[in-house]
Amino acid sequence: MKITRDDVLRVAQLAHLELSETEVEMYRGQLDAILSYVDNLNELDVSGIEPMAQVLAGATRDPASAGPSTAADAPTDAEDRENSALRADVERPMHTAETVLKIAPDPVPPYFRVPKVIER
Amino acid sequence: MSRTLPWTVATIRMALESRKVSARELADDFFARIARRNPELNAYLALSPELAYQQAARVDAAVAKGEPLPPLAGVPIAVKDVLSTTGIPTTCGSKILENYVPPYNATAVERLEAAGAVILGKTNCDEFAMGSSNENSAYGPVRNPVALDRVPGGSSGGSAAAVAAGLAVAALGTDTGGSIRQPGACCGIPAVMPTYGRVSRYGLIAFASSLDRIGPFTTTIADAAAVLSTIAGHDPLDSTSARIDVPSYAHEIEKDIAGLRIGVPEDYFGAGLDPEVREQVQSGIALLQKLGCKRIPLKMPHTDYAIAVYYIIATAEASSNLARYDGVRFGLRVPGATLMDMYRKTREQGFGPEVKRRIMLGTYALSAGYYDAYYLRAQKVRALIFQDFADAFLKCDLIVTPTMPTPAFRLGEKTADPLQMYLADIYTVTGSLAGVPGISVPCGKTSQGLPVGLQIFGSHFGEARMLQASSQFEKAGGFSIAP
Repeated sequence: MKITRDDVLRVAQLAHLELSETEVEMYRGQLDAILSYVDNLNELDVSGIEPMAQVLAGATRDPASAGPSTAADAPTDAEDRENSALRADVERPMHTAETVLKIAPDPVPPYFRVPKVIER
Repeated sequence: MSRTLPWTVATIRMALESRKVSARELADDFFARIARRNPELNAYLALSPELAYQQAARVDAAVAKGEPLPPLAGVPIAVKDVLSTTGIPTTCGSKILENYVPPYNATAVERLEAAGAVILGKTNCDEFAMGSSNENSAYGPVRNPVALDRVPGGSSGGSAAAVAAGLAVAALGTDTGGSIRQPGACCGIPAVMPTYGRVSRYGLIAFASSLDRIGPFTTTIADAAAVLSTIAGHDPLDSTSARIDVPSYAHEIEKDIAGLRIGVPEDYFGAGLDPEVREQVQSGIALLQKLGCKRIPLKMPHTDYAIAVYYIIATAEASSNLARYDGVRFGLRVPGATLMDMYRKTREQGFGPEVKRRIMLGTYALSAGYYDAYYLRAQKVRALIFQDFADAFLKCDLIVTPTMPTPAFRLGEKTADPLQMYLADIYTVTGSLAGVPGISVPCGKTSQGLPVGLQIFGSHFGEARMLQASSQFEKAGGFSIAP
């Protein structure tokens, strides 16, 4: 057994989920089965392999603003991936506070009201 | 108005230009069809007649003045309910967004409207696009119009069912692990997942940001080409959208495919593949060979690991993306004594079982002590799967596989066992992880009359060739359905 009841409760707390008793038991069994299945990844030797967080980052590079390389191909190094999609820092209009507050569950313009957070 | 004429982008244009039909009459016709069939299918969650008729009036005014019509003028289109639409409720199939009305349009929707399309409404889907059968919607399952006791596939089941049943000429879906291609196969219509970055994700409510894509369902490849041309291309509002020119797909699909090398990975034809699906797909490959394609046997050695990699990466990203549903700024709020109490009650009541399961799995995979063993390892194996595709495309121009291991299954058949449901994505998740484009093309039916899908992967940004082969296949096989 990979997943205990305590694991489920710990993860639910991290994820801000308030699970019912039935859910705790159900998720324990299901997560256990899924995590046992994904153990097949341990069969592979992954030493020396770079983790892939994003595919095709090179294709997003702006030829006008980027560094030396402009080819629309796979990124060459981590720095390239990070800088590939930077745009000019120019102001542009976005949604107004009014529009956004209109769809809020408990707006008190210009704020979102929530239960008390800080104890005096 | 002729009911015998199957409506496509091209036939609508001709009918509008020759004044045989108006955009308003077309909208009337489609809303009437929806009123008849939707109670049974549950494909649409919301209709937007007011906006649709405003758009139809603009198209009819352009016709009356003899102005040139935009590329999708008057074409009735449905939009999956995970795409933001100004003034039209957008629920993601979730109770947590039951009353959410976005203040902005997704770029893909914005581009459809600018091209003259008439948006009919929003289609049902698995909650937050998490599912392979459309049974995870908080608003009830969608039924497959081909066989009402079967699932339409998921997660874009409502979009696929709407197009297959003739309740829209085209529909937008989203694909994270197969959610466009798999319902396309289940419902017997073409379904396109473009390259990652080809279509802007701005306004697509995020599930797994490194995997999510937007693409069309249509009844013909020519229509798929027309819709994709409209929504593709760089968007400054999505930093992952590619700065790569969009070719004229309409022009490319007319080209002959003799001499194209089609790779057939033997790893996709192993245990678990339904014999009738295998037979149909093999006949499909034989047809491509008859059209002059050269069959190249391939090995893609990391295929067996794709489901595991996918369900770690997708759930990890989802657990982070779905943290925003906390009851503070939009959507459902369940009152609580403290802020934390409000967060937890809102999320507990707002999310359905599959979404919670994935949030839990993703949170676990990212949590202290497990990150390296699960998330980091999965990202490394993702690189190996990416490399499988890169190696394959040195030897071939396209890769051809089944879309699904089985035809559409029965409603309720797999709901008790989430892992069995995940395994239905076995042939689609590989391309999702590699970022390549993929299409499911109708490829005959089983003896029970259930549609089979042939999946064709192209190389990165190689949609044109993928659509070209699909179009020639469609013409030679006559598999395309008319609503």
